[in-house]
Order: sequence, then structure tokens, then C-alpha cells
Amino acid sequence: MSTTATYTRRSKDELARLVAADIHDGAVVNLGIGMPTLVANHIPAGREVILHSENGILGMGSAPPEGEEDYDLINAGKQPVTLLPGGAYFHHADSFAMMRGGHLDICVLGAFQVSATGDLANWSTGEAGTIPAVGGAMDLAVGAKQTWVMMDLLTKTGQSKVVPHCTYPLTGMGCVKRIYSDLATLECTPQGLRVLSLAHGLHHSELDRLIGLPCLK
Amino acid sequence: MINKVAQSVAEALGLVPDGATVLVGGFGTAGIPNELIDGLIEQGARDLTLVNNNAGNGDTGLAALLQTGRVRKIICSFPRQADSHVFDALYRSGRIELELVPQGNLAERLRAAGAGIGAFFSPTGYGTELAHGKETREINGRHHVLEHPIHGDVALIRAECGDRWGNLTYRKAARNFGPVMATAAKHTVASVHQVVELGELDPEAIVTPGIHVSRIVQVARVATAGGGFKKAA
Repeated sequence: MSTTATYTRRSKDELARLVAADIHDGAVVNLGIGMPTLVANHIPAGREVILHSENGILGMGSAPPEGEEDYDLINAGKQPVTLLPGGAYFHHADSFAMMRGGHLDICVLGAFQVSATGDLANWSTGEAGTIPAVGGAMDLAVGAKQTWVMMDLLTKTGQSKVVPHCTYPLTGMGCVKRIYSDLATLECTPQGLRVLSLAHGLHHSELDRLIGLPCLK
Repeated sequence: MINKVAQSVAEALGLVPDGATVLVGGFGTAGIPNELIDGLIEQGARDLTLVNNNAGNGDTGLAALLQTGRVRKIICSFPRQADSHVFDALYRSGRIELELVPQGNLAERLRAAGAGIGAFFSPTGYGTELAHGKETREINGRHHVLEHPIHGDVALIRAECGDRWGNLTYRKAARNFGPVMATAAKHTVASVHQVVELGELDPEAIVTPGIHVSRIVQVARVATAGGGFKKAA
């Protein structure tokens, strides 16, 4: 990033707070591995949100206190979690039927690239020698009523992760509705990107320059 | 009299032939039937096709089976984990074939096998390289990919309680693939921590009815160890 930047990047927690603020009361939500899991810490008080975990949990709670881990009760990232009162267990075919059947309101995923029209690439960089792993990403991306992406807008080398067309292998086509990033919140529409909000101090023209694409205002 | 309770893992497994497709329950380390996998290793069947969500953790269980070199192919959704070094080495040296399947398609292909479905159209994976070469169809304006069932010769699953009819209950999220895999194999073996008398399991709480289970065998309860993730530094 330029050292002369006039804007301030949103921190991961600020970003998680923005995502959480947009999750409606009563929503059933699946949070992907990595940055999206932070969203659970920022659900506004008084709002009841049910978290789904692909390995057969609805009503997933936070991590247990140290010493009380039960590794028969883990999240998609294989880390120990708890079950809230009212929570339920079910098998894998039922869990993915919930996704595919459109029963989840929102899923929040990380991404390597998102195209202006909502194509998602988040499972493989396609590099030779890497071991591919997809997990539930493809099922989630096409199954939830809304798929949101949470990521840094730029790679470590300053390349935009929002692109005209994904160059990494696709996870799903036209499935991303919103992108919450450290620099802007964007909506993917058939007409292209629409800006919902900008990081403090960032101007539309600067965003267009960073992405290399004009955004609808 | 029906009595599916085996007195040993070896008796429960019976003869697993070379070339068999073996469905193994578990997600990460939760629900992995380690004792049954150890029994399979002892028995020595080779040229196996293995179906599991992952491809083994650490050096025990599935990883130990892979290490024997008796697995020709693995069908899974997420082989790469923080502690999947056994699979990683086999894969990088070209000694194991990998069929990567989106997790929900994996579960549904197993369900389809158990439910007598010839094939099904799934929206998952459309337009991605994991759907490459597969038949597609637009249904109600949405693109789908034709997916085929995965039939097992043997399923090895871990449950919580069982009775002599083979009825099973599970524990927490260790349930995961167990119930669908039980339906998808010709010979389903479940390890349980407790064998109870007929009638003791609440019929409303039985998750896998005994019709899907060939043998159960009691094993000591060993707390599931964590695995598959990076511990915070």
C-alpha cells in the first residue's frame, strides 16, 4: 500500500463488526474458516443468530474454556466449540441439504478473488505442487440465500482481489452478493460492482484506481 | 435370533477383500473409528479405495492405513490439513490417486447409494474444474451437474451406543458421515462404546436403525484427540 495513502484500512475486527451489523435477527448463518469466524464475536446484543457448522451443528456456540475441550464437538476448522441451548446435531447429508436447499440465510466466506459479477475463487490457487482441498466451499457458495465475502481488497503485493474475471479456479459462478473488505464494501450485480461504503478517507476515484475497474456509485 | 454384536474387531470386520471400497466415517478426528481402521491394517487388505472427508491426521488411524501403501485411491473433500503429512508425501510422490469431491456432493453421493438413486443433478461445482467432463443440465433456470452414487463394499463408522439389532446412537458432532455411510455399504461395521439390551435405546432417539448395520463391536471409550488444525502459537 502507498505510504501517502489518505485513508485508513478497516481492521479485521472493524470488518467483522460491519458484517455482523448486517446480519438480521433470527438469521441462520454459516461462517467460513479464517477471518469470517471473527464475525461471531461481533453479533450486536439483543440479536439472535443461529450459527450452522457443516459437520452437523446448528446453534454452535463459542470456544470452550481451556481444559473443557471436547473434540467430538468441533467446527469446520476442526477446533473445539460448544453447543447453545436449543442447538442440534445432524448428519452430513442433512447438513449439506440445508445449504443446497437454500435454508441458510447467509454464508460468509474468505476469497482469493471475486469477479465484478460475483464469481468466487477461494479453494485453489491452481499452483503446481499444491494439494487441492475444497471442503464445503462449493456447496456453501451456491447454496446459501446470500453469499458474502470477507477479505482484504488487495493482495500483499497490492494486486486487487476484485477482478474483471477470476484467474484462479472457480468455486462458484455469480454467487457472491457482497464483498466486505478492508477498503470498501461492495455489491456484485449483473451490471458490475456497486459501492456500498468506503473505508475512512478513501475516495471513489482512488478505489476505482486500486481495483482497476469503475464501480457504480 | 439376530445378534450383530461381534466379540472382536476382527470378527466384526470379516473378510475385507483386496480392491474393496471402504467408507470410513469421521470429520477430522471426530468420529474416526480408529480401532476398526487398526483392524483393517492388521487384516492386510490392499489395493483399497478409501472414502473419508479428509485424508488422515497425524500418524495414527487413517494416516497409518495410508502409510501401509495399501490404499490405491482416496475420495475426499479436504485432504490438506495441518497434520496430513502422510497423505501429502504419498500424493506428492504419485503413490496415491485423489478424487476431490465437494463435501456436500460427497455426502449426497453416499446418500444416493444408500437410497437407490441412480444419479442426481446438483448445483454444487457447476462451472468449476471439479465438474469437468460431467454431464450438466439447466433445470428451472439453474445449472446443475450430474453426480453418481458412491457405493461401499464396507463401511467403518464410530457410534456411541448400539444393541444386538444394530440400532445406533451417536455422540455430538462425531455423527457426521456415519449415518449416510452406514446406508451406502454392503457390510457396515460400527464401533460403539456401549452395547445395550434391546429396548434400552429410546426408539425416538435411534439415528441409524439396525437395518443398515451388519456388525457392532464394543471398544473402550478414548477421548477424541484434537487434530487437523494449527494450534495457536
